[in-house]
Amino acid sequence: MNATAVPASRPPNLWVQVWEIPLGRAGIILLGIVLVLSLVGPVVFPFNPKDITSTAADILQPPSSMHWLGTDELGRDVFRETLVGARLSLLVGLLATAISITLGSIIGLLAGYYRGAVGITLMRVTDFFLVLPLLPLIIILAAIFGQSFSITIMVIGLTSWPSTARIVRSQVISLRERQFIERIRSLGATDLRVIAVHILPNVLPLIYANTVLVIAGSILSEATLAFLGLGDPVRVSWGTMLHFGFVAGAAGRGAWWYLLPPGLGIVLVVLGFTLAGHTLDQLLNPRLREF
Amino acid sequence: MNPALLSIKDLKVYFELRQGLPLPWREPDVVKAIDGVTFDILEGEVLALVGESGCGKTTIGKTLLRLIEPKAGIIQYRDQDLAHLKGVSLRAMRQKMQLIFQDPYESLDSRQSVFDILAEPLVIHQRVTQKKDLQACVFEALESTGLHPAAEIAQRYPHHLSGGQRQRVAIAAAMILEPEFIVADEPVSMLDVSVRAGILQLMLALRHQKNLTYLFITHDLSLAWVIADRIMVLYLGKVIEIGPSDRLIHAGTHPYTQALVSVIPSPIPDRSREQIILKGETPSPVHVPEGCRFHPRCWKFQRLGSPKECLTQEPDLRQVAEGHLAACHFLD
Repeated sequence: MNATAVPASRPPNLWVQVWEIPLGRAGIILLGIVLVLSLVGPVVFPFNPKDITSTAADILQPPSSMHWLGTDELGRDVFRETLVGARLSLLVGLLATAISITLGSIIGLLAGYYRGAVGITLMRVTDFFLVLPLLPLIIILAAIFGQSFSITIMVIGLTSWPSTARIVRSQVISLRERQFIERIRSLGATDLRVIAVHILPNVLPLIYANTVLVIAGSILSEATLAFLGLGDPVRVSWGTMLHFGFVAGAAGRGAWWYLLPPGLGIVLVVLGFTLAGHTLDQLLNPRLREF
Repeated sequence: MNPALLSIKDLKVYFELRQGLPLPWREPDVVKAIDGVTFDILEGEVLALVGESGCGKTTIGKTLLRLIEPKAGIIQYRDQDLAHLKGVSLRAMRQKMQLIFQDPYESLDSRQSVFDILAEPLVIHQRVTQKKDLQACVFEALESTGLHPAAEIAQRYPHHLSGGQRQRVAIAAAMILEPEFIVADEPVSMLDVSVRAGILQLMLALRHQKNLTYLFITHDLSLAWVIADRIMVLYLGKVIEIGPSDRLIHAGTHPYTQALVSVIPSPIPDRSREQIILKGETPSPVHVPEGCRFHPRCWKFQRLGSPKECLTQEPDLRQVAEGHLAACHFLD
């Protein structure tokens, strides 16, 4: 038996609705292009990080027919590097978001549903994480555990959930006072059932819209951390490309082809997620909905 | 007279108003929503709870169902004290008591189909395990509340239904666990006048079929008169008069009741009937007036020239006649 069927008259597909709005459509197109390039690109144009040149003449060369986007400070092809870098940037963004949204939703649901001691404690914890600065935290953790891809994901995930928790909580607080929730409670439903079957489906749209925005933020955070040299040094992401390019003096030597592709990549992906996210938010967030 | 199904003794429900820092020298304002009420609900009766908005009618109903925590008092349900039940035993007791809300647009989860709304109570209490039986139970409940054809209605969602139909669904959902006691909180006041009678007839028919006891909360004294066996009048969180419906309407003794009765619209306008219009608003339950809480608005208090008792002493419920109690120092 399915206790949470989808209402029959609900609009069929949310993404179709986003597509109808020009900004949302631009976001989806951008994301589609980046996703296809990051998935298919490295298969068609494989990148070997160990393919280091032995002659100084290949270092930081401008774009040519051999290297479409020139070469980096080790003589590797920037075009291929950019395609591979997209994968890690997206992956870190998605995994960190998974942590962030899971934590944020659970804590938001509990803090909103249980007022009193439990709710207050959870919100104080949330406030603590809200003011936890990203940079010092990752510097310390990197110093303790070494720089790695999983530490980056963890730190971004752990510092970005509070906003989700706050948004979810405020929605749950208004939901739990609704009569249908009171009626379900008076039927003798357990708290778990009330939250999972009746409250969660009602805040899911909000979580959904928030997820897309958090992905954009996470990708940006990853790029920031990697640019500062706190990323995983053995894996290529857009952030590490910017870092190594900067360290190698690409900016000073006018090697724009090394910095522009990863920089543009970050801008376009973040823009894509933000456009799609804001459009979703507008469609789903009851406070922004215009009727 | 039937034995009591519920015996409420000195029930109090207070809400603390939060105001800034909880400093030790700052006493928090307390809303005394229910300020010590004692009454019985007899088995099989319809007890109407009437009073102005804000007097605590809904709070009493929800407290009896333990949706609001009482501050003090006893809610004796047969041989159990509901006020102190917890966890599993409270959830088990919930099967016996159900609530019907005022607003059928708000009380149903718009994401659930009618079938799921009705099946949920059965699933929660694991009454039915077979899918086939579940369907039979749901369809039967729909038919018994006058929703035909059940199979078609069951697939619909609340927004496909009219207000009256929605309220029938809410009633069906409340009845499906075969409760003994129903709190009906203004169940028809949001409905179209044309469907009110149907819903009331349904509720009264179910009462006889299933031997139900109702606490019927309403602000409409004439409605209470029509459907209830007894009426209890509430003022600022206290019972000020309780008695058999007819007696209370025709021979109400408390000045507040008399004022309420005097303004019931009559189909035959009668100029000679004196209408007592109460002045002013209900005082805030944060600052309950000293002495009799009704005295600032009491017409009798003014007519008698502000007697001292009313200002200093809170009147207790006194017996006026068999089963008829009122709380006033100067009963007729």
